[in-house]
Amino acid sequence: MKRLFCFLALMVAVILAGCGKPDFSDAEKKTIASLALSRLPPLKPDTTNRFADVPAAAALGSTLFFDLGMSRDGTVSCSTCHKIDRQFQDDLPQAVGVGHTNRRTMPLAGVARDPWFFWDGRRDSLWAQALTPLENPLEQAGNRAAYAHYIKARFGERYERIFGPLPDFSGMPLNASPLGTDAEKAAWNAMSGPQRDAINGVFANIGKAIAAFERSIEPAPTRFDRFALDLATGAEPKGDAVFTREEILGLKLFIGKANCVTCHDGPRFTDNSFHNTGVPPVADLPPDRGRIDAVHQVEADPFNCFGAYRDGDASACGELRFMVKDAPQLIRAYKTPSLRGAATRPPYMHAGQFSSLDEVVAHYAKAAPSVEGTSEVHPLELSDRERGALVAFLKTLSE
Amino acid sequence: MRSVRQSVVCRRGTGLASLWRYLLAGLGLAALLVGILAVVYLTAPRSAQPAGPDVSRTKKTDNGLYMASFVPERGVVRQGELESWLLTLKTKTGASVERAAIAISGGMPQHNHGLPTSPQVTDYLGEGRYRIEGLKFTMSGWWQLRFAISSGAGSDTVLFNVVL
Ligand code: HEC
Ligand code: HEC
Repeated sequence: MKRLFCFLALMVAVILAGCGKPDFSDAEKKTIASLALSRLPPLKPDTTNRFADVPAAAALGSTLFFDLGMSRDGTVSCSTCHKIDRQFQDDLPQAVGVGHTNRRTMPLAGVARDPWFFWDGRRDSLWAQALTPLENPLEQAGNRAAYAHYIKARFGERYERIFGPLPDFSGMPLNASPLGTDAEKAAWNAMSGPQRDAINGVFANIGKAIAAFERSIEPAPTRFDRFALDLATGAEPKGDAVFTREEILGLKLFIGKANCVTCHDGPRFTDNSFHNTGVPPVADLPPDRGRIDAVHQVEADPFNCFGAYRDGDASACGELRFMVKDAPQLIRAYKTPSLRGAATRPPYMHAGQFSSLDEVVAHYAKAAPSVEGTSEVHPLELSDRERGALVAFLKTLSE
Repeated sequence: MRSVRQSVVCRRGTGLASLWRYLLAGLGLAALLVGILAVVYLTAPRSAQPAGPDVSRTKKTDNGLYMASFVPERGVVRQGELESWLLTLKTKTGASVERAAIAISGGMPQHNHGLPTSPQVTDYLGEGRYRIEGLKFTMSGWWQLRFAISSGAGSDTVLFNVVL
């Protein structure tokens, strides 16, 4: 009898002890495992940039990324906005270069895995993206002819060792670009076809070197990843891999009732797609319609995947080829950002609309309609405790 | 439900009054009941999914003109990658449908949005098989793909559900 009693008491003890472990359904466990950084596949080669994995190209790209000389007045580099010690962003609601821009600087961890670049995806490769700020009058404000001359003067030898001989620039204007000032445009139009092609070729290689460098910027494992690994292997979580009750609730909401994981999925917490989530526009900024206006820009970009400066064959151009061009869902749709590291880099959204994660979660709970187009998010019934839990979970992606 | 660990120390009996024995036995039985209930509760299937949409890969088209089957060319569906699928069309009598014009649309009914890419027929492979490239399932969940098919045998539509 006493034996039986002992056995029963032990059983109760075991069951009660079991309650201490986070208990997840098999479906939840599967989803959690799919978010772990260990699931991130190796970076695929970029056949459109044959220098993508050439170390000397990445080294030159890194030099150019931090070089203030890569701007009209020598005051702005990529790293002015993409700060290396701040997750390659600048903590501002809208970036400031030579002028004040209309969008928030995007962090760069894992960016080489994206099919589209910018909040609206108006570029289709990392190297074509890098050319855009160089000529944007609000960012680095230079022009492609000037960059080509500058490369020859400053980095000629390094360039030629990677890309082969520089073209003969004699008789070419010092400042010229199809996108620049009226004088720069006129100078560009006065150049011959082969001259323009020569400048474009050097310009594209600048982008390819910078892209080679950016491929090394990858996300680092966080507390969430340690937790997910222990959950997957059944190991007893230790140290900071132990989640609090609040964090567990937040994780369950994220992958469950709050539906966050439908868009913020995979090890980078993004589906790499575009959605209208009803984020309000910022007063005083020019109208911003998101993806719908980016479609023709990427189609018209001479450096896109179908253009003459791509390496490899057109089989790499599937994203551009099968791009959705005209659908109401593109209105005010923006790229789903990765949530890794988000907690420690406010403000949030494409123009820094929200200054804290509490505001972000309140936005999703309310799900106000979009000023234009239709928001894909639906209102959520979330108690104060549940909102706090979602924020607590997001923080585990930054620690 | 953080660890409420109970340490239970069992010692050799030192002659408890029989009343105590019965009381303890009663407690033990109650504990057994709680234990069984807990086990049943903990092992019960958690989120009993409501019956999902019909995900069959072979179907009669809406007006019965064709038999259509829709399968990933590589056999498996990989989320977040551009994929090609094969749509095979046969007539009611089992003849291959050639030179069909096929329009593709779709989306996620629960998320108010259409397809993230615009897939197209890129090749006819013979025997009623059409290659459809540029499909991409960016999220897990319920996707719908609608095909509007028109050939010498007439025009018809068919909808396939894909659940990831
Ligand atoms: C003035 C600040 C500024 C400078 C200088 C700048 N950027 Fe950016 N960067 C931004 C902003 C703002 C965005 C988002 C812009 C948009 O969506 O329109 C962005 C977006 C990007 C993206 C897209 C990330 C993604 O997830 O889609 C990459 C990559 C990038 N920048 C790299 C660079 C490189 C390389 C340079 C230098 C050649 C550079 N940036 C210079 C502010 C800047
Ligand atoms: C329909 C797709 C979708 C769903 C569902 C969704 N998000 Fe987002 N999320 C986005 C998009 C798109 C953006 C960028 C919107 C913009 O800038 O206008 C974003 C931005 C964010 C940001 C800001 C990140 C940054 O760097 O600016 C956070 C944080 C965030 N989402 C968390 C969540 C949480 C938490 C949930 C669940 C309550 C959720 N998201 C549900 C698509 C989604």
